[in-house]
Amino acid sequence: MKSSVMATQGERWFSRVNALVLILVALLCLFPFYYVFIVSFASPAEVRQSVLLLFPKQWTADAYRYLFSTSAFPRATGVSLFLAIVGTACSLVITSMLSYGLSRKRLKGRRVLLLMILLTTLFNPGIIPGYLVVRDLGMINSVWSLIIPVLTSGWYVLLMKGFFDSIPAALEEAALIDGCNDFGVWYRIVLPLSLSSLAAFGLFYAVAYWNTFFTAVLYINEPEKWPLQILLQNMLIDSSTALGGVTDSALQDVPSQSKKMAAIIVSTVPILLVYPFLQKHFAKGAMVGSVKE
Amino acid sequence: MTMLRTMRRDLFLYLLVLPGLLFFLIFKYVPMWGVLISFQNYSPYLGLWHSEWVGFAHFDRLFSNPDFFLLLRNTLAINALNLIFFFPLPIMLSLTMNEIRTRWFKGAVQSVIYLPHFLSWVVIAGISLIMLSESEGIVNGLIAAAGGERIDFLTNPRYFWGVLTVQSIWKEVGWGTVIFLAAIAGVDVQLYEAAKLDGAGKLRQIWHVTLPAIRNVIIILLILRIGHMMDVGFEQVYLMMNGTVSEVAEVFDTYVYRAGILQGQFSFSTAVGLFKSVVGLVLVVIANRLSKKFGEEGLY
Repeated sequence: MKSSVMATQGERWFSRVNALVLILVALLCLFPFYYVFIVSFASPAEVRQSVLLLFPKQWTADAYRYLFSTSAFPRATGVSLFLAIVGTACSLVITSMLSYGLSRKRLKGRRVLLLMILLTTLFNPGIIPGYLVVRDLGMINSVWSLIIPVLTSGWYVLLMKGFFDSIPAALEEAALIDGCNDFGVWYRIVLPLSLSSLAAFGLFYAVAYWNTFFTAVLYINEPEKWPLQILLQNMLIDSSTALGGVTDSALQDVPSQSKKMAAIIVSTVPILLVYPFLQKHFAKGAMVGSVKE
Repeated sequence: MTMLRTMRRDLFLYLLVLPGLLFFLIFKYVPMWGVLISFQNYSPYLGLWHSEWVGFAHFDRLFSNPDFFLLLRNTLAINALNLIFFFPLPIMLSLTMNEIRTRWFKGAVQSVIYLPHFLSWVVIAGISLIMLSESEGIVNGLIAAAGGERIDFLTNPRYFWGVLTVQSIWKEVGWGTVIFLAAIAGVDVQLYEAAKLDGAGKLRQIWHVTLPAIRNVIIILLILRIGHMMDVGFEQVYLMMNGTVSEVAEVFDTYVYRAGILQGQFSFSTAVGLFKSVVGLVLVVIANRLSKKFGEEGLY
């Protein structure tokens, strides 16, 4: 009797400590966002005076108005949106067509092709040979250099093929007998069945394209074609926050710290917007994400 | 004849795979061929076919270069720190999360701690600067306000690896729990009940039931991690690197970028990259063997 009381009391403490640890971890994850958000809206005077601003007395959106009255910031945001929308669409089309084809047993030579694709996940020839291919194709300084060389990857193809494997061939055969042609089978049966899986891949592609940085470091030299992440790097890391093109004199006074914070928030909002949809697919995403190249 | 007929019947299927296969051919297989320039004095004007062959000259240059040991040391050190400090954390965190019975609380915590995974390294590096900068950073602001001396987290080589490790933990620790939580969810509830009947408290249940149940997942992830000992995230290091810390910051990929893209030494930098890739391939193959030896499926 006594020992069981002890156990429950011990268990109660155990779960309290657990909950406390988790709350601390969650706060550690949240605090930087909270702080960045607060400072982006605080008045210049408060930003300059306080060491650790936890809640501004005066709210202002001047930092955001500054960013969007420059010429560089909206342009870079536009490039990143273009990548996230067009890039994701292209990636989904290419990846799903290839993996569906590879999942069908009537495709000749599919074993060899699968092996070739697996090989690309194991051996990476490095940065320079890939760079030379992009350069020889004349894609340097083209927005397409941020999409076409990263359209798909061996991991994505193999993962999606695994999904298409689960669509029984009998379903297609039935449709073929009913007079559907191959294109009809793909368009009317396979695609509708795989919409939710495609959505999951699409969301992870979209986040990756929105966060495009490395390929832009390699392939884009002209500031007019910078995606948002490169502009952010210039603002945050190199501290060049005078973006130019601002005519409203009231906005010249915005502290550089506020501009940086506002830029971080703008670049994070789209991710927060798709986040609830992403959450549905975390289990799948853990596989997609953990094997990112 | 029948072959032709089936090919024609399946024409649509071949059309479907064609663009994807072209992609792999051009962007994955041509570069594999392209590593040959590491055995040449590649000149962009002459191209691969007409450039002069020099054998292993670039590799000789790499191995006799003191920079090489610096690169190797930094790469291995950053990965070792990751292995020691980062790797156990998601396991511990998921054990903690598994004990939470309140649904909404668990869901809320998950939503929050997964989020940093989806942010770009630019944002993470920017936030790090905001937190750690010597003159404007919050941490130093607090230290100064408490009467302490400001610390040069970002420009002192002594702190650089530590800063990278903390960043990686902040960005990925939550996301790292996904796979362990999935494994824990598969544990048979009856095992816990049996353990309880035998008088095991919470900690002993974790030790004797949960941990053994996810041991295989831990081993596989550990092996995979070791298989990637040569990889350090380019974006993270590139963004955090500055002149004063370059000696501890330069890793293979940043070095290749500098020598190849910025200085145009295509052949030499390809050789550096090829060395890294070959060692990486060997490590992955060994890791895969090991994981099969432990009775697991392996990566391929």
